[in-house]
Amino acid sequence: MFDAVTRNLTFLLGGFWVTLQLTAFALLGGIALGALVGLGRISKNKWIYQPVTLYVNFLRNVPLILVIFWFYFVMPIIAGRPLDPFLSAIISFIIFEATYFGEIFRAGYQSISKDLTAAAFSTGMTYSQTARYILIPIAFRRMLPSLITQSIVTFQDTSLAFVIGLQEFVRRTSIVDNLEVRSIQLFGFVAVVFFIFCFIGSKISRHFEEKGRKTGLL
Amino acid sequence: MGFAYDFDWGVLWRQPYGIWLLQGLWLTIKIGFLAWIIALFLGILVGTLRVTPWRWLRFLSAAYTEIFRNIPFLVQLFFWYYAGPMIFGEDLGRQINRIMGLNFYVAILALGLYTASRVAEHMRAGFASISTDQYQAVLSTGMTHYQMYRYVIIPYALRIILPPLTTEFLTIFKNSSVAMTIGVAELTFMSYRIDSETFHGLEATSGAMLIYLILGLTVVRVMSIIEAKFKIPGMIGR
Repeated sequence: MFDAVTRNLTFLLGGFWVTLQLTAFALLGGIALGALVGLGRISKNKWIYQPVTLYVNFLRNVPLILVIFWFYFVMPIIAGRPLDPFLSAIISFIIFEATYFGEIFRAGYQSISKDLTAAAFSTGMTYSQTARYILIPIAFRRMLPSLITQSIVTFQDTSLAFVIGLQEFVRRTSIVDNLEVRSIQLFGFVAVVFFIFCFIGSKISRHFEEKGRKTGLL
Repeated sequence: MGFAYDFDWGVLWRQPYGIWLLQGLWLTIKIGFLAWIIALFLGILVGTLRVTPWRWLRFLSAAYTEIFRNIPFLVQLFFWYYAGPMIFGEDLGRQINRIMGLNFYVAILALGLYTASRVAEHMRAGFASISTDQYQAVLSTGMTHYQMYRYVIIPYALRIILPPLTTEFLTIFKNSSVAMTIGVAELTFMSYRIDSETFHGLEATSGAMLIYLILGLTVVRVMSIIEAKFKIPGMIGR
């Protein structure tokens, strides 16, 4: 029944490990850059606001596959030598996902009212205390459900690194399928593994959303 | 700077490459529109079933949305393309595999089924934003449940969720690029094909990006006209 999967399990799980690594790097870089992009999107300085807005709107309107190809072609020109597809994929994911995380951060920053800051100041808190104890925790809790949802999307998006030959989960499965020709069980296996992770993730996101709604945060 | 790169933007209009990009664009538009028809009808159906009084229908539609949202589209596409025909057994499967342009049809079907789950979620949000008073008011006029959804609630919800549907419509053209992985010669496929013939993939993909951007802007322009026409008076637009 699952003979093709069990026979190649180490090879397939090795691919899943690459997928997890890709996701980890994409999330670390994407969220860090996204926090900055979000700041740029609310900046009053047009020399910051306009280029950042152009970057966000441009990348959100083109397919991720094309972005992956574009970086795959452009990186060797910048680096002056052929680049590892893994590195090239990570760079494209960070730059692409940062535009989506950036919009989440922008909404989070904008959700903090001036009254809240004023109230914190009136208790005698300094600016850094206000940020540390009031603004950042509240904004973070408001953004958390969207951040988790976008992380799940990023996890799914990493499968597209397939197109530059990176041996992640889906690429390895299709390699095995070429030899074994057991498409139903092999692609069924990948689908189930992705489903379990993403389903749990979406439940966690919904949990925080409900919690936020109950406490009146959202 | 290691090795110098000779830019050759001519690949964007020199033949046959220029025409390849246009042919690819045409296929991208075709896939997007046909998949959108499936997504819209199935999405409205699944989204409506999620709020109906029948429990097992609610469960089925919830299962549909969860399954299609939580599996990467690439995996879904591969499953339908490679495993799909085999579901019908060895013999019939082999016959299905011989159909000309099978990958094109599978891409439309897979993209339609995937996008339907997203449309269904928007539908559900649309229903949730309609107050319960409205449902009761409609039922009190003597309409049946079916009539209520068909003539009042669905048209109303659709008008509410028009802006997120526009975003979904834009996304369907972007997602159609994944069809290149099963050999559908749409726009992204063509820009990659130009690279394998000329080694000027950077110019080709840059050109393709610009074409996607123009396509997106056109869709937004058209949709904003439709949105203005169908907006509910008194409700604040986006």
